[in-house]
Amino acid sequence: MYKILRREEIAENIFLNEVKAVDIAKKAMPGQFVLVKYGEKGERIPLTISSADIEKGTITIIYMAVGKSTLVFSSLAVGDSFSDITGPLGMPTDIEKVRRVICVGGGTGIAVLYPIARGFKEKGSGVDVILGARNESLMILRNEMGSFADNLYLCTDDGTLGEKGFVTDLLRREIERDKPDVVVAIGPVPMMKAVSELTLKYDVKTLVSLNPIMIDGTGMCGCCRVSIDGKTRFACVDGPEFDGHKVDYDELIKRLTAYKDKESFKLKDHKCRIRNER
Amino acid sequence: MNDKKKKIPRQVMPLQDPDIRKNNFLEVPEGFDKKLAMLEAERCLQCKKPQCVEGCPVSVPIPEFIKLVKEGRFEEAIIKIRQKNMLPAVCGRVCPQENQCEGRCILGRKGDPVSIGALERFVADMAMEKGYGDCTHEIRKTGKKIAVIGSGPSGLTVAGDLAVKGHEVVIFEAFHKGGGVLVYGIPEFRLPKSIVSYEIKKLENYGVKFVYNAVIGKIKTVAELFNEGFDAVYIGVGAGLPRFLNVDGENLNGIFSANEYLTRTNLMKAYDSSYDTPIVNGKNVIVVGAGNVAMDAARTALRLGSENVSIVYRRSRAEMPARGEEIHHAEEEGIKLRLLTNPLKFTGDENAWVEKVECVEMELGEPDSSGRRRPVEKDGSNFEIPCDLAIIAVGSGANPILTRSEKELKLTPRDYIEADLSTGRTSIKGVWAGGDIVTGQATVIKAMGAGRIAAEDMDAYLSELP
Repeated sequence: MYKILRREEIAENIFLNEVKAVDIAKKAMPGQFVLVKYGEKGERIPLTISSADIEKGTITIIYMAVGKSTLVFSSLAVGDSFSDITGPLGMPTDIEKVRRVICVGGGTGIAVLYPIARGFKEKGSGVDVILGARNESLMILRNEMGSFADNLYLCTDDGTLGEKGFVTDLLRREIERDKPDVVVAIGPVPMMKAVSELTLKYDVKTLVSLNPIMIDGTGMCGCCRVSIDGKTRFACVDGPEFDGHKVDYDELIKRLTAYKDKESFKLKDHKCRIRNER
Repeated sequence: MNDKKKKIPRQVMPLQDPDIRKNNFLEVPEGFDKKLAMLEAERCLQCKKPQCVEGCPVSVPIPEFIKLVKEGRFEEAIIKIRQKNMLPAVCGRVCPQENQCEGRCILGRKGDPVSIGALERFVADMAMEKGYGDCTHEIRKTGKKIAVIGSGPSGLTVAGDLAVKGHEVVIFEAFHKGGGVLVYGIPEFRLPKSIVSYEIKKLENYGVKFVYNAVIGKIKTVAELFNEGFDAVYIGVGAGLPRFLNVDGENLNGIFSANEYLTRTNLMKAYDSSYDTPIVNGKNVIVVGAGNVAMDAARTALRLGSENVSIVYRRSRAEMPARGEEIHHAEEEGIKLRLLTNPLKFTGDENAWVEKVECVEMELGEPDSSGRRRPVEKDGSNFEIPCDLAIIAVGSGANPILTRSEKELKLTPRDYIEADLSTGRTSIKGVWAGGDIVTGQATVIKAMGAGRIAAEDMDAYLSELP
């Protein structure tokens, strides 16, 4: 169970694993995620299902190797297995047929955006995609997005790929040119915040996918709680998608830093041991 | 003869010293040895109409097993207990005996009741150590297949009862380990996880299959389970959705639901630094609430190295719902009880980490719907307590995942599953439910009692099926 069938480094330090998970693949809908664990002592971390193949019985996860767990995952080879994968969790994205949706993805958020953008296209919507990354080596899935998007716009902070600038610059231009019915924005929290502030000015419905810390993913711990319209909601059972104009982004940004110190300690310890063992 | 029995005092359970035990996760009550157990067993009057049995939610044949202990026939004692109780090692440790069997013991009227819980634990632990007590007779397979959703105490009981009757049972568990609240909620120092694993292994020996990481309602629906060939389904998913106070500042870093705090520690073993899941320690910890969960959280925080740990509770000592023994042990370990105190607001530092909590003093007024006197704020009595870690243990409600996905399942106004308490039947034919998902947060033994009732009804139903 949960055997890795494919492993690729699709951008600098960003990895793709196609994993055998027959039952999850059958049920996975765009917007849903899984909780992944490796080893008896590993943590449970949430990763979005980037795509699912019912025939092959596999799901694909994409992640950046930034912490202890993702570093360990990235070191697994084809043929290795994850210990536990639980899912599909979360509410699926409410995808409808619209005249025009602009899908905005930032960094690894693009992996989360991909099934949703494709879902809108499959429903017959007009889909434009704006992707942003810090530089060319961190841009993922642009060919995959380009294969179905009506229009694909790329930007990087340093201009090494596409336009030089932020996704909000491109989005503003697109909204002013032809106001869409809905914007879907997924990426780092400051990005989703900036996009939502922009779309609020133009009164465009906006969906975001939140990424708080999680443990169980089934609503029993409250770790992933976020404030939506002043009320507490659990991202794992009420989300992960929410109305972008109702999210308290600042609170989420702060809550995401809760274990920063512990993480760097774990990472240092892990790296040192790996070096010694090699 | 009875006079002689009455003269034997209730044997004292050996306990780990508070100053030592607050730094380890080993069990606090160390358990009776053979000598203590047999002496305690002598005290039982072997009443013709045992009140203790009436106080037991699963009707353990108490005087009978105690007589076997007295006679040194321990193997027969475990077989006797297991006729009615699938999880004696668990119950002997966590049941609120003072409200159940021991609360009804005749000896308790003028003196101390028989230590029924300790005796049950002794028998169960002995059986675990020696490896006996299994059902030895041949079990004929019925060919019927049952899906149990949830591997907490109620699901495990249903599984055991039905497996012993020859049915094929598959348990679907959302987590990566079985036991439900036994493994994520109750700490190691109250219920060693090795016991839960042992009980699960026993069920597997009976042919029960466990499927982990399976969230029914997401990966499969109940209807799909029937399509896959299951003849009946039992829902024991519990009431794990944590409640919060809904006060300002509750989303600051360093504020946890008790479920989160305990899951990190118990299930994910965050207290062991070789495990990756992190946990946070504080200098000044407050735990809001006074049930067993609050006690567990407070005593865990202490063991993880927190310096000052206080329980903050809006009512008084008499209304505290926790088991007497837990409150007593907590106080011995140095946990403060700030009673008639209610938190109003949390404030954080520049990193959004909690640093203090504003509280108000309370006084008790008229009883509310729970029968307990309603706490009322005393005007102008606000004060602040330094707090860098807060654990909210004010109860939990129905987990919505499965119930949201089964539109035909009739729910109560508070989103619990509506089930006939005398049979466990829900509004869907072939589907039973029991435990906290039906009653709201209660106890391990009550969940087991509900499982017992449902299993009996399910067995009758299955025997009628072609």
